[in-house]
Amino acid sequence: MTATLPPRAAADPQGAGPARVNSYTSGKLPRWAAPALTVACLMGAIAVVALLAAAGAIGEFSLVLAVILGTVSAIALITTISLIAEGRRAATNRFMIALVITAFVVALLPLVSVLSTVLVNGAPRFDLQFFTWSMRSVIGEGGGALHAIVGTLQITAWATLISVPIGLFAAIYLVEYGRGPLARAITFFVDVMTGIPSIVAGLFAYALFALIFGEGVRLGFAGSVALSVLMIPVVVRSSEEMLKLVPNELREAAYALGVPKWLTVVKVVLPTAAAGIITGITLAIARVIGETAPLLIVAGFTSSMNYNAFSERMQSLPVFVYTQYANPGTDVDVYLERAWAGALTLIIIVMALNLIARLITRLFQPKAGR
Amino acid sequence: MTAPTEAPRPAAVDTVERRGDKTFSRLAVGAGTAILIALAAVAIFLVAQSLPAIVAPAGSFRGTEGDFWQYVAPLAFGTVWAAALALIMAVPIAVGIALFISHYAPRKLAQPLGYIIDLLAAVPSVVYGLWGITVLAPATVPLYEWLAENAGWFPLFAGPASGTGRTVLTVAIVLAVMVLPIITALTREVFVQTPTLNQEAAYALGATWWEMVRMAVFPYARSGIISASMLGLGRALGETMAVAMVLSPSAIISFAVIQSENPSTIAANIALNFPESAGIQVNALIATGLVLFVITLIVNSLARYIVNRHERSLESR
Repeated sequence: MTATLPPRAAADPQGAGPARVNSYTSGKLPRWAAPALTVACLMGAIAVVALLAAAGAIGEFSLVLAVILGTVSAIALITTISLIAEGRRAATNRFMIALVITAFVVALLPLVSVLSTVLVNGAPRFDLQFFTWSMRSVIGEGGGALHAIVGTLQITAWATLISVPIGLFAAIYLVEYGRGPLARAITFFVDVMTGIPSIVAGLFAYALFALIFGEGVRLGFAGSVALSVLMIPVVVRSSEEMLKLVPNELREAAYALGVPKWLTVVKVVLPTAAAGIITGITLAIARVIGETAPLLIVAGFTSSMNYNAFSERMQSLPVFVYTQYANPGTDVDVYLERAWAGALTLIIIVMALNLIARLITRLFQPKAGR
Repeated sequence: MTAPTEAPRPAAVDTVERRGDKTFSRLAVGAGTAILIALAAVAIFLVAQSLPAIVAPAGSFRGTEGDFWQYVAPLAFGTVWAAALALIMAVPIAVGIALFISHYAPRKLAQPLGYIIDLLAAVPSVVYGLWGITVLAPATVPLYEWLAENAGWFPLFAGPASGTGRTVLTVAIVLAVMVLPIITALTREVFVQTPTLNQEAAYALGATWWEMVRMAVFPYARSGIISASMLGLGRALGETMAVAMVLSPSAIISFAVIQSENPSTIAANIALNFPESAGIQVNALIATGLVLFVITLIVNSLARYIVNRHERSLESR
C-alpha cells in the first residue's frame, strides 16, 4: 500500500524533487483500493471461517457468517486506512459510501433468495398435470391447480370489470369536471382507500354479502368486490395522473372546433392518455392478483372446479398456495411441492403483467416529448 | 367564475343542451359518488357487524376470559410491535438504497436498479410467507440461539430461543423486505427532486460526497423520508399472509423477540381463525378488523399531513 501513497508533502511545489508526482491525486487512495480491499477481505474471511470450521471451533462452515465477517472487516479497514492516509472527512465519506452500497446489496439478498427458492422448489411440479388437473379427490401425489387458475382469472376479471369503469370515470370527473367540495372529498377518500388493509376489504365484502345471503357466505364474486375495493383507488390515482398530462391545448382546440365536451373527452383526451391508463390498469391488476387474505375470507377454498363466480366457494391461486402449505395431508412434501409450483405460477403471472405494463408505456408513448 | 357585472355573453352558446354532455357528466359524478358510497358502506358494515362483539359480556371469546378489549389488546400490541420492528430495519436500508440509486450509481444504471427493487414489490405476500417459513425461519435459528446465549441479558433478546425460528423478529424481517420497495420508491422520488444547484455548489466548495448529501439532499428530503416511512408502516400494519404463515402465535403481550411465544397480529389472527369461526366469534374478528382499520387510518393520515405541510413549505420558499 505504501508504494502508492506518496507523502503529502509531495503536493507542495517547493519541495517537488521528483517531478512525476501529480498534485491532484497525491494524498488520495487509488481508485482500485476500495474494491480490491473488499475482495481481499471477503476472501480472507472465507478462509478464516473455513479454517475455524476445520479446527472445530464453530459448528460447520457457514458462508453467511464469512460474508458478514468479510463485509464488516472491509468497511472497518477501508475507513481506517482512509483515516490515516486521507484524513477524517474523506474517511467519513468512504464509510458512508460503503454503508450505502452495503444497504443495496443487503436488499438484493432476499430478492435473489426468494426468486431462486421459488424457481428451484417450484420446478418439479411445474408440469402439464399441474395445469390440467384440479385437486378434486386427490390425496397425496398428483393433482393440479387448474381450479385455482380458473378461479383467479374469474375473480380478477370481475374485479377489473367493476373497478375500471368506476375508477376511470372518477378520474375523468376529478380532472375534467371536478371543482368544489365533492372533488375534494373524492380525492381525500381515495387517499383513505389506498390505505385500507387487504384483510379489512375482505371483511367488508363478507359483511356486505352476509347481509344478503346470510352468515357463512362464500362466493367468488364477493372476492371480486373485496379486490375492487383495493383496486379502485389505484386505478383512480394512475388514470388521474395520466389525464392531467394531456396538454390543455388539445382540449381547447377541440372546443374551438365546436366539439361537445363529452366527445372531446372520449375522442381527444382519452386516446391521448390511453397508453398510460392501460399501463396503470395492468399494474393495478398485478397488485390485486396476488392478494390472498381477502379471498381466503370471502371466496373460501375448495378442491373442486367451480366455473360460476356467483355460487359456492371458489379457489384462487394465492389461496391454493396457502392451503397447500397450511393443510397438508399425510405426505407433506407433495403438498409443499404443489404450493411452490403455485407460487412460481403466481410470480410468473405478476412479472408478466409488470413487463406488459412497461412494454405498453414504451411502445405507445407519444412520439414528441410531453 | 365570472363577475356578474360583465357584459352578458351570447345567450345562444349557454342554452345549447347536449344530451351526450349531460349523460357523460352524470356518469362521471356517479362514479365519484360511488367511491364515497363504497367507503361509507365499508365503515357502516364493519361497525354494524362489530357492535355485537363490542357489547358482548366477558368470556364469550376464544382464548380469553375478559371482554372484547382484553381480546384485542395483545393483538393490537403485536400488530404495532411487529410493524415497528420491521420499520426500524427497513428505513435505514431503504434510505441507503434510495441514495445509492439517485446519487451514487451511474446514471445509466440507476433506472434498471430501480426496476430490480420494484421487483421486490411484485412478489405476492403469500410467496413471502412461504419463503419466510421454509427458508428464513430455519436459517435464523442459530442466530437466535447465539443471541439468547450472549445477549440474553438484554430484555429484547431474552431466552429461551425459539427452536423453529417462527418468532416476531423473523416476521419483522419478512415485513421489512416487503415494505422496503415502497419506502425506497418514495424516498427516491424525493431525493431526485432535491435542487441540483445546491448539490453542485456543495461540490464546488470542496465537499465530499457524504457532506454534499448531508448539506444539500437530506434537509430537503427529511419530511419525505418520514412520510414514506409512515406509508410503509401502514402497509406493514395491514400485512396478513406473511405473518399468518410465519408466526407461531399466542395471546400474550411480550417484548421478547426471539422466544417461541409471540403476540399475534390482528390481520394474521383474522386470516387464521375466520374460516373456522361462527356466531359471535365472527363479529369479534370483524371488530378487530375495525380496530386495524382505525390504526392504519391514523398512520396514513399522519403521513399525508406531513407530506402536505412539506409541500406547502416548499411552495412558500
